[in-house]
Amino acid sequence: MTTPGRPPHQDLRLVTLVAAGGAVGSVARYLVSLVLPHESGEWPWSTFAVNLAGAFLLGWLLEAVARRGPETPRLRRVRLFFGTGMLGGFTTYSSLALDITQLTGDGTWPAALGYAGATLLLGTLAALLGVLLGARTPPSTFGRLLRGRDDR
Amino acid sequence: MTGLLAAVLVGVGGGLGAAARFWAADTLKARRPDGFPWGTWIVNALGALLIGLVTGWLAFSDAGEHWHLLLAIGVCGGFTTFSTAIVETVTMMRGGRHAAAVGHALSTLAVSWAAVVAGFALMAALLG
Repeated sequence: MTTPGRPPHQDLRLVTLVAAGGAVGSVARYLVSLVLPHESGEWPWSTFAVNLAGAFLLGWLLEAVARRGPETPRLRRVRLFFGTGMLGGFTTYSSLALDITQLTGDGTWPAALGYAGATLLLGTLAALLGVLLGARTPPSTFGRLLRGRDDR
Repeated sequence: MTGLLAAVLVGVGGGLGAAARFWAADTLKARRPDGFPWGTWIVNALGALLIGLVTGWLAFSDAGEHWHLLLAIGVCGGFTTFSTAIVETVTMMRGGRHAAAVGHALSTLAVSWAAVVAGFALMAALLG
């Protein structure tokens, strides 16, 4: 599956895998924004929700994969598709920064600072909780998906 | 515009953005392996600049909603990432590098915010 000697980000198959995951994650983020719409200058609930959920899930995934020992080609594909691709595309920093700019532009500095602070603090907490859960996730979770070389 | 076309535009943009992020962040990481996650940091700053440019361009032109979906929601959203940035902050915290972790989180936020403002102001100056 992987060309030997070539770093993952120069392997066209792995880049394509990340693109596919990124497409799925981005469409999911867009769908959440349709369910939780917000006007310019309002608290952006949809971006807030996807960023916190994505931080938790990525913390969980990366820790669960790291606990499996040396990364096998399959674990690498799982990490790149679900993590770098899907969760990377699901969460967004550009919308976060844009929404903060629109809140400050409307003169609502307390809301802008509150939104920025809440995203960073709760995002850190969500990622930490994900890591704690990932450390306790047995290899048999999700069938063979998270199994490492030495797991039964 | 149909809902399906909107989803396709976001998906295509998001896929391209995510692939570009993977390539750019890992290329940068390989060049500066000093333990600070420069790859994601620079990608998020660039993506914020781009969404500022795109939002400014859309505000001062009559370009349609499909450009917003493809470029802002799709490409910029897929290129930038909150989850990787915050997990990198947490990784630095767990490694005992608390000051670096806080600096990483706050500088990503401040630089991305400034990049949006700069991108929008540039387009306002050019087109407004």
